[in-house]
Amino acid sequence: MGNRTTAVGHHILPLKVYLGVGAALIVLTAITVTVSFFNFGPYNLLVAMVVAAIKASLVALFFMHLKYDSKLYMIIFVAAILFLAVFIIFTLFDTLLRGDVEPITA
Amino acid sequence: MNNLPSSSYLNRPQGIKSWLLTLDHKRIGLLYLFSVMTAFALGGVFAMLILLELLSPGREIIDADTYHQFFTLHGAIMIFLFIIPSIPAILGNFVLPLMIGARDVAFPRLNLASWYVYILGSLFALYSIIAGAVDTGWTFYTPYSVETTTSVISMTLGAFILGFSSIFTGLNFIVTIHKLRAPGMSWFKMPLFVWGLYATAIIQVLATPVLGITLLLLIIERVAGIGIFDPAMGGDPVLYQHFFWFYSHPAVYIMILPGMGIISELISVFSHKKIFGYKAIAFSSLGIAFVSFLVWGHHMFVSGQSELAAMIFSFLTFFVGIPSGIKVFNWVTTMYKGSISLEAPMLYALSFLFLFTIGGLTGIFLGALSVDVHLHDTYFIVAHFHYVMMGGTVMAFLGGLHYWWPKIWGRMYSEKWARVAVALIFVGFNVTFFSQFILGSQGMPRRYYNYLDQYQPLHAFSTFGSWILGLGFIVMAIYLIHSLFKGRPGGANPWGALTFEWTTSSPPPHENFAEIPRVEHGPYDFDRVTAKSTLGETI
Amino acid sequence: MSQTAGHPSFLQHHFSDAEQQRESAKLGMWIFLLTEILLFGGLFCAYAIYRSWNPEIFHNAHVHLNVYLGTLNTVVLITSSVTMALAIRSMQLGRRTATLRFLAVTLALAAVFLVIKYFEYSHKIHLGQLPGKFYTYDGIAGTNPHIFFSVYFLMTGLHGIHVLAGMATIAWLVVRTSRNVFSSEYYTPIEMTGLYWHLVDLIWIFLFPLFYLVG
Repeated sequence: MGNRTTAVGHHILPLKVYLGVGAALIVLTAITVTVSFFNFGPYNLLVAMVVAAIKASLVALFFMHLKYDSKLYMIIFVAAILFLAVFIIFTLFDTLLRGDVEPITA
Repeated sequence: MNNLPSSSYLNRPQGIKSWLLTLDHKRIGLLYLFSVMTAFALGGVFAMLILLELLSPGREIIDADTYHQFFTLHGAIMIFLFIIPSIPAILGNFVLPLMIGARDVAFPRLNLASWYVYILGSLFALYSIIAGAVDTGWTFYTPYSVETTTSVISMTLGAFILGFSSIFTGLNFIVTIHKLRAPGMSWFKMPLFVWGLYATAIIQVLATPVLGITLLLLIIERVAGIGIFDPAMGGDPVLYQHFFWFYSHPAVYIMILPGMGIISELISVFSHKKIFGYKAIAFSSLGIAFVSFLVWGHHMFVSGQSELAAMIFSFLTFFVGIPSGIKVFNWVTTMYKGSISLEAPMLYALSFLFLFTIGGLTGIFLGALSVDVHLHDTYFIVAHFHYVMMGGTVMAFLGGLHYWWPKIWGRMYSEKWARVAVALIFVGFNVTFFSQFILGSQGMPRRYYNYLDQYQPLHAFSTFGSWILGLGFIVMAIYLIHSLFKGRPGGANPWGALTFEWTTSSPPPHENFAEIPRVEHGPYDFDRVTAKSTLGETI
Repeated sequence: MSQTAGHPSFLQHHFSDAEQQRESAKLGMWIFLLTEILLFGGLFCAYAIYRSWNPEIFHNAHVHLNVYLGTLNTVVLITSSVTMALAIRSMQLGRRTATLRFLAVTLALAAVFLVIKYFEYSHKIHLGQLPGKFYTYDGIAGTNPHIFFSVYFLMTGLHGIHVLAGMATIAWLVVRTSRNVFSSEYYTPIEMTGLYWHLVDLIWIFLFPLFYLVG
């Protein structure tokens, strides 16, 4: 069952991979919801984002076949996230630090 | 003797429907040619009117409100309707598949769709003229763009739709370049124009969606008052500038990178010499594309962004100079000891070298934080970006248009009149815009309807320049249209170039090549191979 | 188009073989997904900035979202991703009926997602927990609590539009599959829709904790 391919040679994943990943996603959802009822202060966001990142990676790697397909698609996906990070971080350089050198007066 | 081939993409199939529903990249390129040049003419008329108004202080031909609308329309039309689609959608569409030995782009239907989307977006943009014209400047800055009573929504919706057209073209080109290269054409055997288009396409797909969401937010803010850019409601107008420039700074490289690609072709072909530093030029295109995403804040040095952000953006801006400098040095070195022939396309390439260098260097001045505080929002900025955009991109576009003209139509334009037009455009351009550098450094603010008497001589100088420039374009329009009917056939390869598009007939057949060509030499191997010009055969 | 041995009916003239055509479609699709990520990216950026400026408003407002409905919707969307993946797998194996069944389930789950969203939205509209100048609720402490709902409605609204677009595409796939267009040799449209659908799921995976859990 592990190495089946289609008539034109495309790789087919076994059923249990899809079901297993689906189950893992549900379990992770349960974990992140449960955890959210406890307060870890500033770490709340971190925990939620780490779990979300794991879930997103599972979807991308298995459902979207990034693990098995050409590395080019992986590069595109990572590039999108990288440039998004640049966008958000550079904008935060401004919005979080306004008035640091000279106080803003009205 | 050369004659036009009896059957080409131009005459088979026939009928207006076969043009409007065509999936042929060459015909779509021509659809773009006509529509984009119409936009260029319209934007040019607005430019002439603005400069005529500025001939002397006070009212010349229009009132202040109309003036604000005219410079907004000039900017928005030239940016969104002309310069962004100009090189990729016209010349890129036409020659990219030919250059890599493909029969078409990867997604011909998407390609046609991009043209219809372009037309739809243009209609929205042009409707804003009837509906009371926008007066915000092409940047649509909040909070004014939310408050003004003019037709901001129609124009921004137009720009939003035009963004899809740009994304479709970029997506199509990336896939085409990855998947449809002829057998044997490795990445480093590709012509440098293809590299330029590739780097451009990467920016198009990465940056344009952010413009989409920005304009969407602006429209929602205007319609529904969600308060996201409104300081009274806890929003932030400067955030709009971040969003806008995250797209629009890289967009400046969408405009210049394909132009640089054309210049690489022209310099090598008309110097009859192998391009110097092929890989350096190819990688510097990707380098510019990458750095373009890290410097948008240099448009916002006086907007009230944090000092740290301003310093980072200023520092990173200097890095743009490195890949740009690499290109200029490589082009100059290519010409060194080459046998240079000064035909019209090469004259445009030389104009580009001269003008782009001025535009690029003044960009470095403006990237320096303290200098920019003085020069921000003055005519120095206006002169700088016209040197880069018009002196750079438009010169490259015209060079490319003349270079591929005999391939597109199979006929040559009048070389004599082409030289007259180059001279008029080059002189007119410098008269118009060099005076604006001086005006700006003396403190003349941009977008002002009225001004102090002391600026009058330079403003008048600039206006005279625009008349020379306009005359140059009229001459060009006349001899180019004339050549369609009376031009002599140029043959398959009038310039003796080595890239694939010159191996097929002019104009090319419907399927581009009778047989997909084989890669036997590099695109610029003038040291090993000579391709005889087919131009002499026609005399 | 006539079908010959060397040139299957689904192959367009400018491709040399089916594999080149399929790879091109896939590359194009991934680039499209990249544009989608950056489109949503603008709103994620807005979220980051307004949350960093107004942490207490975001905290006070987010407790007004229904975690149970949000969790239920997350499970619904994840399940629809699984069924979408299985629809592709079935077509790879040439099982047309199974593909049809999985596509129908995916479509139904997408509809369930939107119905739940509809109940959430109408509850918010009823209470006046709305963006900008439409905000009339007065049970949230802090200045400008509407900012949270502006970002919430923008992001979930844009996501909802993407779910709708996905449903339209999947419905089209159901028609095409029942007309026997696809086979184990040619199933590119299903595969591409699958990639899109997984991205819609992936974006929700971030929206859910950002709004419902940490606020």
